[in-house]
Amino acid sequence: MALLNFLKPKNVLEEGGRTSAPIQEDAGEPEKTCPNCHKNIPISHLWANQLVCPCGYHFRMKARQRIGMITDKNSFQELFGDVKSCNPLAFPGYTEKLETVKNASGEEEAVICGTAAVGKQKCCLFVMESHFMMGSMGSAVGEKITALFEYAAAHRLPVIGFTVSGGARMQEGLLSLMQMAKTSAAVKRHSDVGLLYIAVLTDPTTGGVTASFAMEADIILAEPGATVGFAGARVVEQTTRKALPKEFQKSEFVLQHGFIDRIVPRKDQKKLLAELLKMHTGG
Amino acid sequence: MNQAPYDRVKLARDSSRPTGLDYIKNIFKGFLEFHGDRSFGDDPAIIGGIARLNGNPVTVIAIEKGHTAKERVARNFGAPHPEGYRKALRLMKQAEKFGRPIICFVDTSGAYCGIGAEERGQGQAISENLMEMSTLCVPIVSILVGEGGSGGALALAVADRVWMLQNAVYSVISPEGCASILWKDSSKAEVAAASLKLTAEDAKSLGVIERILSETDIGKKEYYERIRSLLIDEVAELSEDPELLQKRYDRFRRIGMVESDEIV
Repeated sequence: MALLNFLKPKNVLEEGGRTSAPIQEDAGEPEKTCPNCHKNIPISHLWANQLVCPCGYHFRMKARQRIGMITDKNSFQELFGDVKSCNPLAFPGYTEKLETVKNASGEEEAVICGTAAVGKQKCCLFVMESHFMMGSMGSAVGEKITALFEYAAAHRLPVIGFTVSGGARMQEGLLSLMQMAKTSAAVKRHSDVGLLYIAVLTDPTTGGVTASFAMEADIILAEPGATVGFAGARVVEQTTRKALPKEFQKSEFVLQHGFIDRIVPRKDQKKLLAELLKMHTGG
Repeated sequence: MNQAPYDRVKLARDSSRPTGLDYIKNIFKGFLEFHGDRSFGDDPAIIGGIARLNGNPVTVIAIEKGHTAKERVARNFGAPHPEGYRKALRLMKQAEKFGRPIICFVDTSGAYCGIGAEERGQGQAISENLMEMSTLCVPIVSILVGEGGSGGALALAVADRVWMLQNAVYSVISPEGCASILWKDSSKAEVAAASLKLTAEDAKSLGVIERILSETDIGKKEYYERIRSLLIDEVAELSEDPELLQKRYDRFRRIGMVESDEIV
């Protein structure tokens, strides 16, 4: 069954960047080793299958690839793209780090915001970028997310958000921490005027993002096998000196404990999101 | 009093400093503790209840670390579980229902990083407090009296006024944690402490707090009297403010520093 899905991709990705994992050359075609089933999968096959291995393992995906996967063709219009991080605390090495990350990722920040249509339903969309300082939230991420919820409330639009984050960005200290309160207040205002917010948690969603807007959605979805938690597993292990339960902080574990609504494989996400949007507009 | 930031961190952690319970006992009258989150349990790391301030009922919530080794173990060293944050939110909503101002005392190295805490939704519990506190329609004053450890501290500090004791610290991550992640070397905690801008003066200049409280006569009658008098005035002023919620929103809305092509 999995193999059949693999041979007959339902969705083809738009052009995007390449993943950073080691590529093995075999018979001329580049391959990538799946960390789950350990098989070498031709990259072209992964691309045709939304970066999902035939075994079901979801590789990390760049934010713009996701936007291509989720939104109707040419419907995405970026907002607040000019909002960028600076180094407000003159934190050692941060300015250089930002420069390196910008060059390597081709992005200006760890979240991309905008408006889009998903299955002909208009919405606001934010997608976090794991390739930009592991999606960490500093002033710019907080500002963009806040501004998007304010825009959505003003235009009476639902919000769909794909989260991926290591948490608050240390290099902006307290300013990063305060973004948790700032974004939460904007989510609350959007919610209080009766508008829908759907979060899709992807691997990994942790720390200050879990403890703010990732967990504040009306409907919380997650990708299979995504790490979702507050404290990092290693920190929990060091703090408690106990063996962690099997599948600790995996989305399946978090679902079982009652903190997310559904686990949704990538191939089903667009259809489900479109249906959820329709069901909340009386359509 | 001009210690290096890491010395402040050590001072903020000193077990001889007054803890949440000391503030409650010495500032308010007739404190009645209420227990439990009505869902899972009662977290001894967070104390909450009602008391009188200048004769008027208020809701008081404090993270309690304890002084002695035994107390500190019983209080989980002031590291709350999700049920602590849920108890706090329950009591804050009760305060809103009965029109009582809310006063929080914050002192934690952070929300507890345990298996049970994760299983019971530590992130969700904190996020709910951040969201709900932003629109509670009664005045909220939060005072950081020792350590202000990240989201676990912020979950009781989405307030109209946030004050810090002179030697309290407020940070997104512990200096040790920061040094170990960024430089793979926890002994660089001193550098991290200086870089994180976690002192009361830093927090004030970043617009994160409104007031720094002097520690002169700390623990003495005059000390608590001073804080009580400040609280009475502040609560009275906030209670009269018809734009309380808009101002609370704006207070957090403007925090942050970004580059933008447009002039905001």
